[in-house]
Amino acid sequence: MYVFLKISTTGTHERPATDLGFLLHKHPDNAQAFTTSYGVAHVFYPEASEQRCTAGLLLEIDPVAVVRRSRSGARGGKGDAALAHYVNDRPYAASSLLAVALSRVFSSALRGVCKARPERAEQTLPLRIEVPVLPARGGPELVRRLFEPLGWAVTAEPVALDEQFPEWGASRYVRLALDGETRLAQALRHLYVLLPVLDDAKHYWVSADEVDKLLRAGDGWLAGHPEQTLITSRYLARRRSLTREALERLELVRLADADDSDVEEIDNAVDENSDTEERPVPLAVQRREAILTELRDSGAERVLDLGCGQGQLVHEMLKDARFRQIVGVDVSVRALTVASRRLRLDRMGERQAARVRLTQGSLTYTDKRLAGYDAAVLSEVVEHVDPDRLPALEYAVFGSARPRTVLVTTPNVEYNVRWESLPAGHVRHGDHRFEWTRDEFRAWAERVAARHGYGVRFAPIGPDDPEVGPPTQMAVFTTTEQKEAKAA
Amino acid sequence: MTDTTATATTPLTTTGADTGTDRGVRALPVTDLSLVVLIGASGSGKSTFARAHFKPTEIISSDFCRGLVADDENDQSASGDAFDVLHYIAGKRLAAGRLTVVDATNVQKEGRRQLIELARTHDVLPIAIVLDVPEEVCAARNAERTDRAGMPRRVITRHTRELRRSLRHLEREGFRKVHVLRGADEVGRASVVREKRFNDLTHLTGPFDIVGDIHGCASELETLLGKLGYVDGAHPEGRTAVFVGDLVDRGPDTPGVLRRVMSMVRAGTALCVPGNHENKLGRHLKGKAVRLTHGLAETVEQLSKESEEFRAQVGEFVDGLVSHYVLDGGRLIVCHAGLPEKYHGRTSGRVRAHALYGDTTGETDEFGLPVRYPWAEDYRGRAAVVYGHTPVPTATWLNNTICLDTGAVFGGRLTALRWPERELVDVPAERVWYEPAKPLGSEAPGGHEGRPLDLGDVQGRRIVETRHTGRVSVREENAAAALEVMSRFAVDPRLVPYLPPTMAPTATSRVEGYLEHPAEAFAQYAADGVARVVCEEKHMGSRAVVLVCRTADVARERFGVMDPEVTGALYTRTGRPFFDARDRTEAVLDRVRAAVTAAGLWEQLETDWLLLDAELMPWSLKASGLLRSQYAAVGAASGAVFPGALAALDAAAARGVDVAELRERQRGRAEDAAAFTDAYRRYCWTTDGLDGVRLAPFQILAARGRSLAALPHDTQLSLIDRMVEHDGSGLLQTTRRLYVETADAESVRAGVDWWLEMTGRGGEGMVVKPVEALVRQEGDGKSRLVQPGIKCRGREYLRIIYGPEYTRPENLEVLRRRSLGHKRSLAIREYGLGLEALDRLAGGEPLWRVHEAVFAVLALESEPVDPRL
Repeated sequence: MYVFLKISTTGTHERPATDLGFLLHKHPDNAQAFTTSYGVAHVFYPEASEQRCTAGLLLEIDPVAVVRRSRSGARGGKGDAALAHYVNDRPYAASSLLAVALSRVFSSALRGVCKARPERAEQTLPLRIEVPVLPARGGPELVRRLFEPLGWAVTAEPVALDEQFPEWGASRYVRLALDGETRLAQALRHLYVLLPVLDDAKHYWVSADEVDKLLRAGDGWLAGHPEQTLITSRYLARRRSLTREALERLELVRLADADDSDVEEIDNAVDENSDTEERPVPLAVQRREAILTELRDSGAERVLDLGCGQGQLVHEMLKDARFRQIVGVDVSVRALTVASRRLRLDRMGERQAARVRLTQGSLTYTDKRLAGYDAAVLSEVVEHVDPDRLPALEYAVFGSARPRTVLVTTPNVEYNVRWESLPAGHVRHGDHRFEWTRDEFRAWAERVAARHGYGVRFAPIGPDDPEVGPPTQMAVFTTTEQKEAKAA
Repeated sequence: MTDTTATATTPLTTTGADTGTDRGVRALPVTDLSLVVLIGASGSGKSTFARAHFKPTEIISSDFCRGLVADDENDQSASGDAFDVLHYIAGKRLAAGRLTVVDATNVQKEGRRQLIELARTHDVLPIAIVLDVPEEVCAARNAERTDRAGMPRRVITRHTRELRRSLRHLEREGFRKVHVLRGADEVGRASVVREKRFNDLTHLTGPFDIVGDIHGCASELETLLGKLGYVDGAHPEGRTAVFVGDLVDRGPDTPGVLRRVMSMVRAGTALCVPGNHENKLGRHLKGKAVRLTHGLAETVEQLSKESEEFRAQVGEFVDGLVSHYVLDGGRLIVCHAGLPEKYHGRTSGRVRAHALYGDTTGETDEFGLPVRYPWAEDYRGRAAVVYGHTPVPTATWLNNTICLDTGAVFGGRLTALRWPERELVDVPAERVWYEPAKPLGSEAPGGHEGRPLDLGDVQGRRIVETRHTGRVSVREENAAAALEVMSRFAVDPRLVPYLPPTMAPTATSRVEGYLEHPAEAFAQYAADGVARVVCEEKHMGSRAVVLVCRTADVARERFGVMDPEVTGALYTRTGRPFFDARDRTEAVLDRVRAAVTAAGLWEQLETDWLLLDAELMPWSLKASGLLRSQYAAVGAASGAVFPGALAALDAAAARGVDVAELRERQRGRAEDAAAFTDAYRRYCWTTDGLDGVRLAPFQILAARGRSLAALPHDTQLSLIDRMVEHDGSGLLQTTRRLYVETADAESVRAGVDWWLEMTGRGGEGMVVKPVEALVRQEGDGKSRLVQPGIKCRGREYLRIIYGPEYTRPENLEVLRRRSLGHKRSLAIREYGLGLEALDRLAGGEPLWRVHEAVFAVLALESEPVDPRL
């Protein structure tokens, strides 16, 4: 199992190409092996003459070591084979592991130190670097954007996923060749930083001094790079991912495994980067404002936020003392964990904390705990439920929990034509099972109201476009008088 | 309507001076389960009386309790503690259903109040027996006893005065019988007569035909009685009808129903308990002001056309009804609204109230109707409880209870239960006689069977009782994950009556180059006492469960699905649909249905729906995301990296650099990687619509009214073969198989060869199963389930699981240390839960009971087990 990298240079009699051996501190006539944390790195020279010299770095990865380290390290020591697939591309692709090996095997070269030929270390060389399998999130295009500003002539070809299934398209690997005239140390530093940045993998190695390493390796070229922000954030994203992994729901990972799915397919309730909302944030703010106004008008003191997500609405309600009891319910444990963290529940004063409760629940089941509240909010929730399971939600909310007031908001699909970034016919969020027109929403709401003894009125949220209506639509349900009936 | 006393016709029984003229034996009726409170001054002879008429263990005396707590029976300062002990013992006895006699002076009202309270707490009758003996007599007796000789006379005087003052109030205090014995002579002539409670008909063994709520549907009642075999109110085989009440109101002919039932009860061919509607009618007939709502107006109007005499008879009949009956040696309880076990055979106001009205939570539902506490869900009693009161769409057993009110008057059915046969007999309503305040079922999942699925059925740490594997526990975090997947991604739970269990692989092989090999599987079954196994080809697809109904009507009636386009479901092992588009699913179901029909399986299995366990191919159909991101990616990466690397090594070698060993190793690895790519490619082919999609059913799990999980696999496979033969669409695929005798070396060798041949051609492998399907192994006084199947995966297939280079000796050595214990245990627990779900489905249990077991399978799937096993 191995990763491969080739570094070549050309030379003359005065400046022989074989000086590469001095610069790399590895003799061209020997094959050498070095032990690294993830396996053995071999250095050998397929060619070594005055004219041309090529060094190959081959990292033989020990999959067991990879698995072991990913268990004890980033995964919080939770030893779980579900998270450590024995089948992965690490042994073949130039990832952060190769970067680590690079820094271990060529540490002096990386620092620009060469005792035998100190003057050569200061000089530029004509270099060619080949990485046959470079995982590149962003494809050849991003590869060019990252390397070209550094003076490299870039050849980046996508690798097909499987030539037997051309419909599968390209893999995320790129066959990379870089040609340029630069100092060897600088070239190695480019690789050291940009290989993991392009890979953008979540795991394998993270240490607290990552920022220092980046600053050292990026010295002299990162500061002026047009993609500096992307490079920095991706490089350090692996640190953020630590927190994400701490939250990772192992049980869900296993259920995804049982169904031959990626865990991202099912553990997708929380999008931490986008505030659950791809649209401009003001709409989310407007929506919360509209909901709060309706809640205040209804006189509700005890409120359910059904499908509370990351708790933004709960957060707003907490600021208003008239809401004496706020219960946030979500089916996603991850969402609740994030909500709890954002609300700082663990640091909240006792009195304030007594007003709020977050709990896992599901609207496809009736839930006795939800009975007896003044109001319930279902903000951007119904569209995440499969249409054939909506009757269950309707009964659980309007039949079983039965608060006096129910607020339901959902996207108005007619408005989608006004989102310039949204391709025609696309829903606004990958998990939306449907999006309704105004008529469809009204028909649904009126049927539900009639069926369960509620009155309903509608209100727009966001700019009410004369042609396509508002981006978000809201229905306000209120119970009609209690029918008088006692015994059956 | 007065069975809270033991005597239906005389609510209160007071015997005393006015009846005491007879100089013969004084008979004192005492109900066989009651709290008997003796009342009399010190020295009145209570202890002597108690010993003469009750068993020693039935008597608890305050003197004895004083002795217990203070070593002195006369230490009055210990009275407080002594009575605590007395109440405690009495409470334990009453809770256990034992008559108890309290031997204390009980001359003070406060003391008696506590005892009456105790009797009420345990729902038994308090009975007072007063020994009104002259003060002089008491004093003389005390003087004769050394331990009491010092008792001041004034104590007795006070006792006597307090007793006299109390006498008139005893009934009002709550004693349901008061026996007053005046003078020592009458005490001496008294004789306690034990009476059975009126609800105690344990000596009647039936057989019975228990009839649900009739509500004035006289015509339907006649039809039902006819169907049950009654001729003019009597059954030729001597069966007894039992009516659960609510005979009256709402319907077209309440007098007709009453006439029939009253005459049967009079003739002794029927028993009847009252419903809340009889109770209210009774109050109306007595002239009390009641609102003529909920159909009472119709009854009053109909009765107004009857004679005064008939109305009087109705009043008397209703008044004499006993709230519930204990029948058939205690095995059967009949009452109107259901009864928890602690109330069975008890006699108190609240027992009566529960029997008539049930337990309500105090809330009202969306129709303004009271929310009823689901007592039956908590019921664990030995006796079957048969009741009515709450209209349900279909009568189903739940924890040994069944509600027979199937809403006849609302256009449902009139239902009877044959006991002890436990057969249901019903007739449809002739029309909707009365519009229900709410529909019989709600449209939420489970609503068509009484109540929708509730979070309490699945959330948190849970224990699921199973028939085959005992109690299976589900941890909270696993339930939480299952809730997320079930709620967000699964098919409507009505259509998911089963999830397949995980399967353990065969014990790890030591054969060189192999991690799994069938020899171990055969050996394991031989050790488990399974002589004959079937090897079934493992298909190269995804596990699929198919629920196929003959028509959309069947899907609606049996599974409660409202959508007329839906005739079943096709879902993965976590309950997710295979196809997002419903018409794609229906197209598959159409093809399966056509094959089932052509094969004549509906008729042969006497069913209109089938639940199939199957494999859907290609694997790439469902797992394309995983295939591309995991497997194809590895293939692409390895395929792109090796040629250049090997060329570089060749060049280095040509220069004389010593890389021979390294080069050799990389060559081997390149071959492994190529083999890996070949392995996953076998699971992929391009499909277009349903073209290229294959379904290989390998077990029929259930059909109407029965689980087929125990049907032997050879029978199963021959049924499925017929289905496949009759499939004209090319969808269905047969499962190749080989039968092996585990004790026959020749046969075992043939099994191994079959596997080697199949996997040598790139096959996924096989599953070895006991032919008898459901097998238990007995031994050491224990009985345990045998694994329902053991998988033996092919050598090449395992590359996809364990990585391209797993066959290298050093890797195999590490992998052989894998541990199978947890996986095997999980497989058995999930199997037991799956069987339980099928049994519950077959037994017609409500959805939440089936779902409980199905959900638990999903939850267990999130337990931490090596996913490569």
